[in-house]
Amino acid sequence: MARRKWLPWLFVAPALILLSVFLVYPTIQTVWYSLHKGSIINPTRLFVGLDNFVRLFTRDRLFLKISSWPPGGALINTALWLLLFPTLTVAYGLLVAVLADKVRYEALVKAIIFLPMVISATAASVIFRFVYSPDPNIGVINAFLSLIIPHFRPIAWLGRPDLVNLAIILAGVWIWTGLAMVVLSAAYKALPAEITEAARVDGASPFTIFFRIHVPMMVGPISFVFITMVINALKLVDLVLVMTNGGPRGASRIIDFTVYQEIFTNIRVGYGSAVAVVLFVLIIPFMSIQIRRVFREDLAR
Amino acid sequence: MSVRTTTPAATAPHGSPSERLLKLTSRGVVHLILLAFGVAWIVPSLGLLATSFRSRADIAASGWWTTMNHLGALTINNYRTVLRSGDLPPPGFAENFINSFIITIPSTLLPIAIAALAAYAFVWMKFPFRNVLYLLVIALLIVPLQTTWVPVLKIFNSLQLTGTWLGIWLAHTAYGTPFAIFLLRNFFAELPGDIFESARVDGASDFAIFLRIVLPLSLPALASLAIFQFVWVWNDLMNALIYLQDAKKYPLTIGIQNLLGQYGNEWHLLAAGAFITMSVPLIIFFALQRYFVRGVTAGAVKG
Repeated sequence: MARRKWLPWLFVAPALILLSVFLVYPTIQTVWYSLHKGSIINPTRLFVGLDNFVRLFTRDRLFLKISSWPPGGALINTALWLLLFPTLTVAYGLLVAVLADKVRYEALVKAIIFLPMVISATAASVIFRFVYSPDPNIGVINAFLSLIIPHFRPIAWLGRPDLVNLAIILAGVWIWTGLAMVVLSAAYKALPAEITEAARVDGASPFTIFFRIHVPMMVGPISFVFITMVINALKLVDLVLVMTNGGPRGASRIIDFTVYQEIFTNIRVGYGSAVAVVLFVLIIPFMSIQIRRVFREDLAR
Repeated sequence: MSVRTTTPAATAPHGSPSERLLKLTSRGVVHLILLAFGVAWIVPSLGLLATSFRSRADIAASGWWTTMNHLGALTINNYRTVLRSGDLPPPGFAENFINSFIITIPSTLLPIAIAALAAYAFVWMKFPFRNVLYLLVIALLIVPLQTTWVPVLKIFNSLQLTGTWLGIWLAHTAYGTPFAIFLLRNFFAELPGDIFESARVDGASDFAIFLRIVLPLSLPALASLAIFQFVWVWNDLMNALIYLQDAKKYPLTIGIQNLLGQYGNEWHLLAAGAFITMSVPLIIFFALQRYFVRGVTAGAVKG
């Protein structure tokens, strides 16, 4: 094909220019900033080498506190998010997808579970400030608990350092379970009915069929959703920002929130950039998994 | 494969009474679990909706779950207060509402146009480094935007784009492009290649093929993408906070955040405000549910 060689470049140029200016160059630049002390106007005022990282991991109790029990800080909170958030969204999503498949009101249940996906994290934060309120006329959880437990004293779910992370994680699960559900539901419905039927004829119980046959056949979609949720868990800055602003006393800070906090509230640009670099490094393994998947499935054509 | 999938209801009459009882209980458990999920997922939003129509005094006196007992006391005053400029610090919610549209519409159309061109080249044109560049796009899909904030802000400051509509449009366009390329490339790759070949033989240029054949055939994908990007930009808080440092241009999400800061315990205003921000995505969801779900499902890799 002796067509004009420059033509393809004309098609991809607008995209490549935008991506270079807004994503590639800034990411490299942030790594450079993380080795400095500076302001937004002049981020490279003073070169400090790895000082920001050393201080982050050894002297910033809001980032990492392991000297006393229980451990805390943004890094530990992020670990808690990574442990609970993908697990709960995938488990709930799979459970609803499979059970809803057996009832006539499937579409209704799925619409209700999916609805929070449409709502902004900001609005969802307002919703959960209501739900978790210690005021028994506002907070539905406290109202419900005082109904079933005599002499129950309302709990400020978002005001207690030991409960706040769990409370925000559950709000995140409320938002994202719908996504896991629709992806896993599509995968579940695509399973060949013959295999299920053969196992049933052989006398396998529904539980055996589910855990021994269906789940292994859905490993691909399940791990895909799981990784997606891991990546999401590392990017939920707005939920924390609006719900608690990292509080009480920094107890609900997570890494991506810390980036915003250090750069724009504390105006420590080099320090915040160092946190962003840590976040980026955490995401790299999942990035490589996704790239390999795309390479295998989409480019194999 | 003559064995048809039989439903439990169809087999039940053949089982023994104890088997039938077991099936009935297990169906009961299924309904119970789904009911629990349904209630847990609908109650938070329902509470917000009910609260938004109750007066300040009512909210202080009783829980929203008693709303059904005094339906006569419902009011639209909260919405009126929130939307009327003057009652809240400027810019009022009405201005925020308009700003959200001004931000969102170009930020939806631009990335789709740019990504469609690129996606076409990635599938149907041959050029060096094609696959490497595409994998780079996939990598950028996952890059946390946090790592881009300060350098982009610095570029904006030097070009005087900070706090301008053009600045926020460009930022959203760039951030939305990797996902748009990903979705459209996968869709374009499924299109029948022979049509393009015969069009080429007839002398059609790549640009003509793109405009006259590929785009019309891709309308469902373009619709899903447009809806997804629209809702994503509409719901964005962080980029608006960082790049639009001008209160007169703030969208609804910042409006809500400010309301929370200044009137954190004025539940009646918060509820109405939050519901206003949710209204547009909710309308889109109910009107175009299928496209929406398709877009979000394909967008599972985007954060």
